[in-house]
Amino acid sequence: MHSRPAYFRVFVTFLRNSLIRDMTFRANFLIDTVSSIAWVLMNLGFYILVFRYTPMLGAGTGWGRYEFFLFLATTLLVNSVVRGLFLNNAIEFSEQIRTGTLDFALVKPIDTQFLISLGRIEWAEIGPFLCGLGLMVHAFSKLAYAPGPIQSCLYVFYLFCGVAIYYSLMIVMAATSVWLGRNRTLLDFWFYITNFARYPMEVYQGRFGMPLRLAFTFVVPVLVAVNVPARLLVRPLNPRSPQDLFLPVFAVVATVVSLVASRWVFKRSLLSYRSASS
Amino acid sequence: MLARATTWWTILRISLEERLVYRGDFALGTLMRFLPIVTQIFLWQAVFSAMTASAPSGPDIAGYTFRNMIAYYLLTTVSRAFSSMPGLASGIAQDIRDGTVKKYLIQPIDLLGFQLLCRVAHKLVYYGVAAAPFALVFYLARGFFSGWPDATTMIAFVASLVMAFLLGYFLEATIGMIGFWFLEVNSLLFVYMLLSFFLSGHMFPLDMLPGTLGQVVRLMPLQYLAYFPSAVFLGKIAGAELGWALALQFAWTVFFFVAARVALRLGVRRYAGFGG
Repeated sequence: MHSRPAYFRVFVTFLRNSLIRDMTFRANFLIDTVSSIAWVLMNLGFYILVFRYTPMLGAGTGWGRYEFFLFLATTLLVNSVVRGLFLNNAIEFSEQIRTGTLDFALVKPIDTQFLISLGRIEWAEIGPFLCGLGLMVHAFSKLAYAPGPIQSCLYVFYLFCGVAIYYSLMIVMAATSVWLGRNRTLLDFWFYITNFARYPMEVYQGRFGMPLRLAFTFVVPVLVAVNVPARLLVRPLNPRSPQDLFLPVFAVVATVVSLVASRWVFKRSLLSYRSASS
Repeated sequence: MLARATTWWTILRISLEERLVYRGDFALGTLMRFLPIVTQIFLWQAVFSAMTASAPSGPDIAGYTFRNMIAYYLLTTVSRAFSSMPGLASGIAQDIRDGTVKKYLIQPIDLLGFQLLCRVAHKLVYYGVAAAPFALVFYLARGFFSGWPDATTMIAFVASLVMAFLLGYFLEATIGMIGFWFLEVNSLLFVYMLLSFFLSGHMFPLDMLPGTLGQVVRLMPLQYLAYFPSAVFLGKIAGAELGWALALQFAWTVFFFVAARVALRLGVRRYAGFGG
């Protein structure tokens, strides 16, 4: 008998069960996938439109059309993984706190955060993920450039860091339902905050831009999540300033701190959980 | 006649009270509505700064300067505050699916009229609660506007907003009525939401769309939900063109009013309700 649960096997079971559930309602799965791809394409259309009018996002930033597509591809990869693995679970977690069904998760012989974070996986997010990969290949072919092996490994590593930062923020937002009772507005905040990470950090300039850029880098490090891996891919940005060397190091620290902080908030929230009714 | 007016007044009053229960959530929600615009401001600032580098003589995109562009986004929040009908179509479809729609069939209350009053109440409360955050944001962003437009433009702007509300209502109600024919309309609603987000001008001024695509989109009803009122306020549409555009908006509103009525009548004929 194992002294501790086999987390990997449980995760694979979650993946399989979610896939079985999705395949039971195949038409629904197909519609979900197609609509999320449609959303991606519409957004891409908007940026194509923007780049009809400008050669670059910000004078001298290096974010030309295809460099930005690499950024967009990175956003798609990070977002689709976070949404696919965690979003529905975070929403469900808030709901479990409100309705008291979290009791069932607490009594299971496995880490509660693991269980509530990964219980239901959204396979339809594979659509935007593949769109991200496709867009990346397209951008590289237009730039006539391919990343080297170390660059690729680092990119994948920083993608994981990005996912971890987004996840930490999301779980903190969801866990606050314990204290607030109502979760909607706070989880909405997650969308609004990560909205700031949709564009390269150089976009935030000036009297108002700089404080925002610093806050979303050092206080709530969402800007790091996509910017650091995306910068790794884009050649013109490779290392141009001390900041380019500092950011990747900071990203690792930010990831660790985010994960530890979110784990702490999560545990605190469980201590304050009082179930609902009898 | 008087009895009917009393009924409508009661419905409106109850809906008003119902909406006021969550006024705190409302106010916070309104302020958060402006957050995505902050990122849009920075995006356009970056776009225009790159354009200034290549064409320093006051760049514009499809006739919009940087200030125009930001003013446009702020104004679309006003248009959307009139035209958006959260949960209307899905609510009607849900009522049809779970049988709640029966109450409109057996009680002397008209579904479209009742829902319209609920929405009027919702909007009235919304404007009441949202006025302060809106005023604050517009005051802070006053530098992006070049003063108030003239009286004619103002009248056209108000007319376009009122029609945007009615058009939004009847258009969504018509989509909700599709629930009489198809039990599950969520995916259809998503498609509508997607098209509406991009083709209503919520995401960018429709003048940016090139060629035939732009012309077609500017004949569609969706543009009246966000783009048109904002463009009118900014003086992008004026003179005879404004008259024609308002007439077209009116025509689309009447079209969807009739469509919703016809869909309801035909739908009720198809409808079968069982049990309590």
